[in-house]
Amino acid sequence: MILGGIDIVTLIATLMAASTPVLLAATGELVAEKSGVLNLGVEGMMIIGAVAGFATAVGTGSPVLGFLGGAIAGALLATLFAVLTQVFLSNQTATGLALTMFGLGLSALFGKGFEGVRPPATGKVPFGPLSEIPGLGRILFSHDWVVYLSLALVVAVWAFLRFTRAGLILRAVGENAEAAHALGYRVIAVRLMALAFGGALAGMGGAYLSLVRVPQWTEGMTAGAGWIALAIVVFASWRAGRVLIGAYLFGGITALQLQLQAAGYAIPVHLLSMAPYVLTIVVLVVLSAIHRRGVQAAPAALGRSFHAST
Amino acid sequence: MGTTLLKIEGLTKAYPGVVANDGVGFEVGRGEVHALLGENGAGKSTLVKMIYGLVKPDSGTMTFNGAPYTPAEPRAARLSGVAMVFQHFSLFEALNVAENVALGMENPPPMRDLARRIREISAAYGLPLDPERLVGDLSAGERQRVEIIRCLLQDPKLLIMDEPTSVLTPQEVDILFHTLRKLSSEGTAILYISHKLEEIRSLCDGATILRGGKVVGSCVPREKTARELAEMMVGGEFTTTDRSGRALGATIFEVKALSLPSMSQFGPSLREVSLSLRAGEVLGIGGVAGNGQEELLATLSGEVPSAPGTVKLHGQDISDLGPNDRRRLGLQGAPEERLGHAAVPNMSLTDNALLTGTVRRPLTRKGFLDMTAARLFAEEIIQAFDVRTPGPHVAARALSGGNLQKFVIGREVLQAPEVLIVNQPTWGVDAAAAAAIRQALLDLAAKGAAVIVISQDLDELMEIADRFCALNEGRLSAPRPTEGLTIDEIGLMLGGAHGMAEAAQ
Repeated sequence: MILGGIDIVTLIATLMAASTPVLLAATGELVAEKSGVLNLGVEGMMIIGAVAGFATAVGTGSPVLGFLGGAIAGALLATLFAVLTQVFLSNQTATGLALTMFGLGLSALFGKGFEGVRPPATGKVPFGPLSEIPGLGRILFSHDWVVYLSLALVVAVWAFLRFTRAGLILRAVGENAEAAHALGYRVIAVRLMALAFGGALAGMGGAYLSLVRVPQWTEGMTAGAGWIALAIVVFASWRAGRVLIGAYLFGGITALQLQLQAAGYAIPVHLLSMAPYVLTIVVLVVLSAIHRRGVQAAPAALGRSFHAST
Repeated sequence: MGTTLLKIEGLTKAYPGVVANDGVGFEVGRGEVHALLGENGAGKSTLVKMIYGLVKPDSGTMTFNGAPYTPAEPRAARLSGVAMVFQHFSLFEALNVAENVALGMENPPPMRDLARRIREISAAYGLPLDPERLVGDLSAGERQRVEIIRCLLQDPKLLIMDEPTSVLTPQEVDILFHTLRKLSSEGTAILYISHKLEEIRSLCDGATILRGGKVVGSCVPREKTARELAEMMVGGEFTTTDRSGRALGATIFEVKALSLPSMSQFGPSLREVSLSLRAGEVLGIGGVAGNGQEELLATLSGEVPSAPGTVKLHGQDISDLGPNDRRRLGLQGAPEERLGHAAVPNMSLTDNALLTGTVRRPLTRKGFLDMTAARLFAEEIIQAFDVRTPGPHVAARALSGGNLQKFVIGREVLQAPEVLIVNQPTWGVDAAAAAAIRQALLDLAAKGAAVIVISQDLDELMEIADRFCALNEGRLSAPRPTEGLTIDEIGLMLGGAHGMAEAAQ
């Protein structure tokens, strides 16, 4: 199926892969913010995940271990943030920004030796004859395992927040930390876990960039994807389903503009490269404006420090 | 009753600089409604927090149900059968009733069963509640029902209630007492904290009185008068306010059909509020918090401008003037929230005195701040209103709530306003200081100022106001003279009990 020089099936198949890093990072940040902590360091955690995942995969020859390494590195950086903001009560905004700068610098340092190296390939999941189905097979059954994992995580996070007791406690901590404390829940512990989970997913998203999307290590390769993940969480009104829409929209426009460039449209390249960022934000702003409650859907304790005063 | 359920001996808890509880001991029997009486800072809250496992005592022993009782955390307390309804509700506005209840339980049943049990219990105790509703949309009385039902679902042996009636209408108080008596007759002991003495006299079987962290006495409240109880609490004579010697002058302040959209997510909007005030008059505005009090103060003091022609001072339209322009014309306000609204927590008392004082007091010279004059003004307030503080250089946040309240009210009163609007002037202030603040407001009116007092404390309004209006869901009722007004009539003006006319009877 080809429309105006663009192959729709290829477009959809590529957009799923292109969206995965942002989707993973945004899903993780959603959980962190639901617990009431604003971690602006997503970009930093992603790029640390990218370099650590890359290094682990190259060192061990196993992409699976690479993703694991990326997740652990992201979680470690998030734990640093968590200790600073939750235990030492530092300002969340400033600490988050510092985390991003720290991550960018640290990854550049560690990544020096990995420039120009090719990582081991992450294979596609073998679906056998299913992937031979025309159109649908290409769209649904032609991806690597991380794409399916990211989708499963969105569903899991949604169900966790909506149906489980642990999810209810997490939301309660994000709504009113003092009240949760008075009821005997361990606010700091819940937030530490939520932040570590968020960091792990951001790190995994970063590893997907360096191991699958590009695939190689270059300095600053996340190029603002972490910030887009943050914006997606806000404009998705802290709902897992809308995070998926936002991430796929971003990935979709990224894939589309590449194809438009390839198809030789006379649109300035700069406008095309800018398009995913601008359009994602515009669409999400419109969405949250339509759902007026969306603006008020923020966890009530978001960004506020908690200190047990008793 | 008979046997002892909770026995406390020699309980002590010290914080840096203050001993909150010093060798406290008392007993609560099964099915007994026991009152803890005391001024603010007497140590009541610390005491119940220790019983509920939120604070660990330094020394002393507790025996519950015949066994040693040392709850390490609220969870342990709940498992032993102790439940607590907090003064400031420990609820989550963005979650629904059932979710809120589930959070307070150790092993909640699946949501569907829980919703059914909430309906059963709420029907059994006459506390109607829909498990699906968002707590943010509920009235204060309904929110309290959520807390109570959360406790009842765990079959507590001891229910602790910290100032439960401060946010309720009189009818809602009746329903609450009905529920508490039913619980007590079923054998549940209730530890009841309040400084509303008449309530304690009508509800409680026994009382322990705390002052300065120590037990200073115990009594059977029914056998004492409210005045005797108050004197035991304060430890001295009690003065009553003097409201004589006021002559009403001409109408100086008028509000006509003032409407204002809601300022916060769950806040109400003001609808067609009208009132008029004569010089020398005190108008009391009652109502449960969250019915538009903050909004009313904000728009009258000039923080939020209103439509042209809605607010008039001396016949002049001031609807679009800001706070400083209104101060210049003689209208001042003191908002409810002391830290962050009425005063800046991190600034000194001198700086805070400057913040509203420069317009009507000569605290500036050629456009520059005159710090000496400002310090003298702050010292004048501290002196005149008996603010307990080392001096005017102290940061506002270092003062206790009651002392800061005295400072804030004093700052406005000493600027000799012609119209003064105060919201919750004695909230969290102990009885002696509250009496002083009320007297200051009456003295101001005696000098010819018009005063609007917005308060949840109906006794306070009955004591100082000439006329009374009720603010309910952003609507202001027609004013009625306070003389001869009964509590029942006031309750009806306040909108009765929300959504439960049938249960009130």
